[in-house]
Amino acid sequence: MTAVPPSPLAAKARRVAALIRKEGWQIVRDPSSFAIGVVLPLMLILLFGYAMSLDVKHVPIAVVLEDPSAQGREIAASFQLSSYFNTRVTRSMAEAQEEMLSGEIDGIVRVPADFARRVAQGDGQVQLIVNGIDGNTARIVEAYAAAAVAQSGARLDAEGQDDSASGGQATVESQLWFNSANDSRYFLVPGLIVLIITLIGAFMTSMVVAREWERGTFEALFVTPVRTDEILLGKTVPYFLLGLGGMLLSMAAAKFMFHVPIRGSLTALMGVSMLYLLVSVATGLLISSSLKSQFLSSQVTLLVTFMPALMLSGFIYDLRSVPLAIRLISYLVPARYYVILLQTLFLAGDVWSVIWPNALILAVVAVVLLALTRRATRKSLG
Amino acid sequence: MSVGSGVPVIEGRKLAKSFRGPGKQLVQALDDVSFAVMPGTLTALVGPDGAGKTTLIRLMAGLMIADAGELTVLGFDVKGDPQAIQDRIGYMPQRFGLYEDLSVQENLDLYADMHGVSAQDRRARYPMLMEMTALGPFTRRLAGKLSGGMKQKLGLACTLVRAPDLLLLDEPTVGVDPLSRRELWDIVSRLVREEGVPVLLSTAYLDEAARCEHVMVLHQGKLLSQGPPSAVSGLADGRVFDVQSDGGEPARELQARLLDEPDVLDASPEAGRVRIVRREGAPEDPGAGSAGLRFSPVPARFEDGFMVLLQPNAGQAGPAKDDAADMKLEHPPAADAGQPVIEVDKVVKRFGDFVAVDQISFQIRRGEIFGLLGPNGAGKTTTFRMLCGLLRPTSGGLKIAGADLKRSPASARQKIGYVAQKFSLYAQLSVAENLDFFASAYGLYGARRRQRIDWAMAQFQLGPIANQLGGQLPGGYKQRLATAAALLHEPDILFLDEATSGADPLARREFWRRITALAQQGVTVIVTTHFMVEAEYCDRIAILDSGRVLAQGSPAEIRARGATASNAQPTMEDAFIAVIEAARAPSPNERAA
Amino acid sequence: MLASLRRILALIRKEILAVLKDARTRNMLLIQPVLQCLLFGYAATLDLNNVPYAVLDRDRSTASSALLAKLDGSGVFHRIANLTQADQMKRLIDNQTVLLVIQIDPDFQRRLSAGEDAPVQMIADGRNSNTAGAALGYAGAAVDSFNADWRADHGLPPSPITVSPRAWYNANLETRWNLIPALVGTITLMSTLMLSALSVAREREEGTFDQLLVTPFRPVEIMAGKAIPAMMIGVVQATNALLVAQLWFRIPFAGSYVTLYVGLILFLLAAVGIGLFVSSIAATMQQAMLYAFVTIMPFSLLSGLTTPISSMPAVMQDFTLINPLRYAIDLVHRVYLEGVGLDRLTPDLWPMAIIAAVTLSAAAWMFRNRLE
Repeated sequence: MTAVPPSPLAAKARRVAALIRKEGWQIVRDPSSFAIGVVLPLMLILLFGYAMSLDVKHVPIAVVLEDPSAQGREIAASFQLSSYFNTRVTRSMAEAQEEMLSGEIDGIVRVPADFARRVAQGDGQVQLIVNGIDGNTARIVEAYAAAAVAQSGARLDAEGQDDSASGGQATVESQLWFNSANDSRYFLVPGLIVLIITLIGAFMTSMVVAREWERGTFEALFVTPVRTDEILLGKTVPYFLLGLGGMLLSMAAAKFMFHVPIRGSLTALMGVSMLYLLVSVATGLLISSSLKSQFLSSQVTLLVTFMPALMLSGFIYDLRSVPLAIRLISYLVPARYYVILLQTLFLAGDVWSVIWPNALILAVVAVVLLALTRRATRKSLG
Repeated sequence: MSVGSGVPVIEGRKLAKSFRGPGKQLVQALDDVSFAVMPGTLTALVGPDGAGKTTLIRLMAGLMIADAGELTVLGFDVKGDPQAIQDRIGYMPQRFGLYEDLSVQENLDLYADMHGVSAQDRRARYPMLMEMTALGPFTRRLAGKLSGGMKQKLGLACTLVRAPDLLLLDEPTVGVDPLSRRELWDIVSRLVREEGVPVLLSTAYLDEAARCEHVMVLHQGKLLSQGPPSAVSGLADGRVFDVQSDGGEPARELQARLLDEPDVLDASPEAGRVRIVRREGAPEDPGAGSAGLRFSPVPARFEDGFMVLLQPNAGQAGPAKDDAADMKLEHPPAADAGQPVIEVDKVVKRFGDFVAVDQISFQIRRGEIFGLLGPNGAGKTTTFRMLCGLLRPTSGGLKIAGADLKRSPASARQKIGYVAQKFSLYAQLSVAENLDFFASAYGLYGARRRQRIDWAMAQFQLGPIANQLGGQLPGGYKQRLATAAALLHEPDILFLDEATSGADPLARREFWRRITALAQQGVTVIVTTHFMVEAEYCDRIAILDSGRVLAQGSPAEIRARGATASNAQPTMEDAFIAVIEAARAPSPNERAA
Repeated sequence: MLASLRRILALIRKEILAVLKDARTRNMLLIQPVLQCLLFGYAATLDLNNVPYAVLDRDRSTASSALLAKLDGSGVFHRIANLTQADQMKRLIDNQTVLLVIQIDPDFQRRLSAGEDAPVQMIADGRNSNTAGAALGYAGAAVDSFNADWRADHGLPPSPITVSPRAWYNANLETRWNLIPALVGTITLMSTLMLSALSVAREREEGTFDQLLVTPFRPVEIMAGKAIPAMMIGVVQATNALLVAQLWFRIPFAGSYVTLYVGLILFLLAAVGIGLFVSSIAATMQQAMLYAFVTIMPFSLLSGLTTPISSMPAVMQDFTLINPLRYAIDLVHRVYLEGVGLDRLTPDLWPMAIIAAVTLSAAAWMFRNRLE
């Protein structure tokens, strides 16, 4: 019937194009792809960009002023002036303790009755009680409180007390490279990009091969001239493109909404992001074609991609401080390498000695995963 | 076609294939199967559920590899080069294989692209396919929104985007109404006749097998017979009789009685009479000892021969027929036969603008078997769901056993049993756990619950499989378990929604035997079915289309509506099609406009 | 009434059987929480114990050595390089070989001896500013400790005002003490919400829901029969996580189990209410799972588990008021670590009760009206 048989390569290209088009229609018509592809990324951008912050501000505390002397009031004032604290001044320790017990405040600064007298003796003591449940916050509160007290100490000194005897001390001049403003968004937002790419790339893809098995559509498709690699290509390309959209969206949000600087080259940033996207898509495809059940593969995907990307990638928690066993596991998490790349390319610049090895690892992982997927998908019902 | 007329298009030699079953034991799906399919022929593959039909077709399509034996398709070795076969054949799996979120046109285009059909070939081929399948007006509709029959036709069209060298169809007519079934058959036979494409299809409808040139009968993985259908029907030659009662005994009761006769191999009601197949070696005179019955010999059909062929092997497929007949209820419904138990009065159901059920009315009396027939999308399922209380009618009156299901649900639902179209018990629970749960759900407890579960286990022979998971049972057992669960609380009314869809003839026979036994004890039964022969078991039938009742009455009354000058003794299927077509034909004023 | 109870009981039995029969589901529900607790208990720590750093000591005096000894002895810092030139610094930080570089000027000891302040420069890799900030904090503490020693050794009076800090409930400020009890709430929320969201959707997809509806079950009975097993599994999961916290991580339990379980049951009721509501609007399992996921995500991120609620903008803080996990984490913390009683927990209890009441009645209403 066919007049001129097309060349095998042209026929192959046409089949792949048809499969991609088909997948595209399915994406457009499935409301759940809208949910994962658009709603979730936007939600994550909002949550990470606006809601989540590790910066400690407005901690509710009470200053118990048992010594209403000038020195005591000076201490209270330095807490009231600090933006780190929401300070309430009281006279009664019992009242403050009650508030602490009922969870209304997270710290008590107690200026004892003999404070002024002891300051005069060079031995003034301020008691600080913090709610230690959130150890991280508590530690920051302690540091801020010490700073506030030191400030008032300095003011007291300046008010003409003789300081020749107090002597010098080692002082810390700290510089935070790459994030001099110490803005936690600078590391949360690149981390967010990891989560979004993982989610679109892997979570969504994890269902699409299993869906064809569950709905029985593969059976009819298999008995056509289509080859396995064409089916896989037809699955990889559309979800890769979709992930690219999510990736650009979150990069734009990072740059223009949250003003995180991009100090490395855009080409390198795009290049490594596409590599990681490919790794994510390949992970989703591999899980999906091995398990052949939408429910199971989406659960497994969440468990092996999203959770590790959140917990074991070094994005929030420092991997140098975890036990060896966990650190070894973290080397198996591709997100780990991508987090290093993102943090470097966003904040440090084109540090090629960091970029090349990590990018190479991602590339190798992508190739291995795709090869495994190719093996797991066979035109056979077994 | 390229294949010479003398060389078989498919040839299998000593094929074997086994699978790991649920209990890790090996199940032999195909055993020593050898056959040949000749070019240009229409071949049917028939056999009961689990006979190995789908496995054999999948082997031919290169989707599975046989454990042993040789299989060549179109001259290619399946094991060596499945792709070469897949490049050349058309295959429609049992589950359509359509992308439901793609439109009709998009599905067609996808398969045309897969097969590398050029644009000019498409221009020639598409109009032909559209004409053949009558899908022309629906090209933009999503495949998921099509009715069952239309989906099958689209599936077929997708495999025919280019002329295949061979067409494999796995149960293309399951769950399809008689009208669509006839249309599908027209397409297939035209293909064989006009284009010379060899077609192999599997089917549960034995009348379809009779229309093929070549039939292969599979049973428990073994090929029992292959050849022209006449070879199978010939097995029953001289043993088939039409039985009529002088005393006016209803065909259904006569059928049940005759089935119990030792000489009778098979009996089925047909056109108000009963058709029987006698066992081999039965006494010469069929009428001896049966006073008041008139026996007239009739030519054997494929189905008769099929029963003869399978009966010696039926040991495992179904219980001995006496068990099925002994469906004694402990507390049969009160004997006020003839009282209406279901009253449907001008019921309307709308979904948005769409009127699914339009002013239907009927009454069903106690102890009746009532059949609800109609093409796909006629409103049967909607009506059924309203009767069971799963849907609320938009307007109209609906009374079940004197109660409004929506108002006094618990007590009214206590009186009904429901067997859904698809297996709808818990797949993760064992047979015993399923029964236990449904017994409790119906408020049975303590000794009474124990007693009822024992009854169900005994009546449906579920004892040996009590610990198997519901989801892993073979089709026939699922059916039995579902019916058992629906009968635990001895309901007054039993709802059966396409309960025999896809079931093989043996399982259907067994199923109907239980149902008629229940009806005799006063249980009211409402069924929907696509098997028109099953309508013969009903006391009364209503035919629905487009949400309206087109005809209502006894099987004889309905059949009479199909009578034409050329066909004085129409079958139920003839009558059904006549009723639907008469209603669908444009009325004179419409034609004028 | 009795018949109704019997039916609910039958449904509960069936649900539990169905869940526990499948080995994959069983593992997912019972073993996974324990593994998560263990993994996160070790992985999710903001405490530093292995900070690689480099030193550019231009003074090479006894004072600078004493200062570095403080750092090396802190158990947090791990010196991996002694630099000789400032330009070596950049490479080490860029490549993430070190997190921190400490630079001591040549006149360090001289200035201290002269009674002047002597600056110590600390350069940290701010790519993860949280870790860097914490490392600087630890380093600052080491410097303070060096100062105190220096003053004592040189007969100087201590500084006029000192702060004597004390942390209640978690004296060593261990992140794990905060995290593991919070995980009790988070893990049970995830699985009870998923479980209840999927249970009805699965029945709907498999056709068993219709079968259930034609039996004498009332919608409320079905809801109860679905809610109670999910809650029972939630209680078992919470118990598993609590056991890990106490027996493995040895976090001391300060409160009363009765109080804790009363609070948890109220929380589970709210979680199941949300799950059943999701279930009532989802048509398929896939939808149910997605909706559940989209719900769980903001709930767990805005619960105070990863970042403190008080640091969030006001709008987001308001949003957390409808988040049951927020209350559950607070409740578990306060009972587990602070040991407070029910009387002090009312601010956590009544919002959860309201959430449960609203979601459960919304789900019941949806079930009754979504039979069409």
